Amino acid sequence: MSLFKKSPWVLHYNCSSCNGCDIEVLAALTPMYDLERFGIINTGNPKHADVLLLTGGVNAQNMDVVRSLYAQMPDPKVVVGIGICALSGGIFAPCYNIHGGAATAVPVDIYVPGCAARPESIIDGVIQALDILQQKADAMRGRRRPAALAEEAA
Amino acid sequence: MDMTGIAGAAAFLIGAPVAGGLLAGIDRIVTARMQGRKGPPLLQPFYDVGKLLQKSRLVVHPHQGLYIWGFLVFLLIAGALFFSGGDLLLSIFALAVAGVFLALGAFSVNTPYSHIGAERELLQMMAYEPMLIIAVLGLYQSTGSFLVRDIVASGRPILAELPGVFLGFLFILTIKLRKSPFDLSSSHHGHQEVVKGVTTDFAGPDLALIEIAHWYENILLLGFTYLFFVPLHPALGIALAGATYLLEVFVDNTHARLRWQHTVKLSWWTGATLGLANLAILDLLR
Ligand code: SF4
Repeated sequence: MSLFKKSPWVLHYNCSSCNGCDIEVLAALTPMYDLERFGIINTGNPKHADVLLLTGGVNAQNMDVVRSLYAQMPDPKVVVGIGICALSGGIFAPCYNIHGGAATAVPVDIYVPGCAARPESIIDGVIQALDILQQKADAMRGRRRPAALAEEAA
Repeated sequence: MDMTGIAGAAAFLIGAPVAGGLLAGIDRIVTARMQGRKGPPLLQPFYDVGKLLQKSRLVVHPHQGLYIWGFLVFLLIAGALFFSGGDLLLSIFALAVAGVFLALGAFSVNTPYSHIGAERELLQMMAYEPMLIIAVLGLYQSTGSFLVRDIVASGRPILAELPGVFLGFLFILTIKLRKSPFDLSSSHHGHQEVVKGVTTDFAGPDLALIEIAHWYENILLLGFTYLFFVPLHPALGIALAGATYLLEVFVDNTHARLRWQHTVKLSWWTGATLGLANLAILDLLR
């Protein structure tokens, strides 16, 4: 049973975003989009989370925070980078203290494009990340699905 | 213990997780509808627990899980005592021990959020225990027995004799079910000021155990609520206990969280006025 796809709990961390993407993340939790339909819960706690949503680029000060949050999440886990800033640092990339996108701190599985990313595409990104989450879960249990094996062979 | 007692205890041990999980699912759907959302599927709580059981076990220290097992085991004892028709007093004492285990587990880790949650858990216990004891005393005064099977068989109009005690019990039921305005120690909704309170440092399978224990606890509490509706037809009594739960969900969605000072003060005042006055009047009328 693909339980990870049915019950992804999300942790959202704002690296150094302009808050535009964060507001869109929060919008996805409103009754209008109702993320709980998919079993998605927004937790404020890395130890309960399966999916880490990162907005904004990583700077010198929050590098350790992002890494610590990632380390505190029990396996399996995935990271979704939201917005152009999380991809490359975006318009903040030339700033003196910006290291770059979220991948400079932790491994990112899915990028959601946009400035700001739309709630619809954020939901879409999280749903796509769940496939990767499930693959990681299967790998953890040592019995990967035939589909994943075939993909690897190809 | 006779055969019906053993059957009752077995029905609780096996059936309560199923019934409790479904109740949690209904709770979440009703809550979502009250907020104008569609809400998760009915079986969502089972998906959640199933997923948590598959996650890796991340612990702060090895005996952290021991406390959670203590919490679960004492809940099982409390529930088995209750549903086998045993002693109500013993049952609520076992329930209190279970609560202490949860608080100990939360105290055993390093997170300040968890510590605040544990302190609040103890404060909540301080708040509801007096009224819980008064409720048990009221049931004794009405039926002349502390044994659940005698109370059920008594045929006395319990609710008519104990209206104040019942209202007081409803009040502390909100605390016990961890509903707003009294969900101080750990809210069901994330992004509380103490993150997830007592459960902050429990991950994966440990959190799943806490969740299952809560299901047992909720069914036990509904069983307790049912005692007030005893002289009615069992089906009607169970329906009324279910309606009580929906009322609690409604209260949960219409109230903001109170501070602990208010929680303790209010529940003690409710116990002292509604509860004790009811007991005194019942005594005078006899
Ligand atoms: S991608 Fe755009 S909206 Fe999002 S954080 Fe960067 S600048 Fe702000």
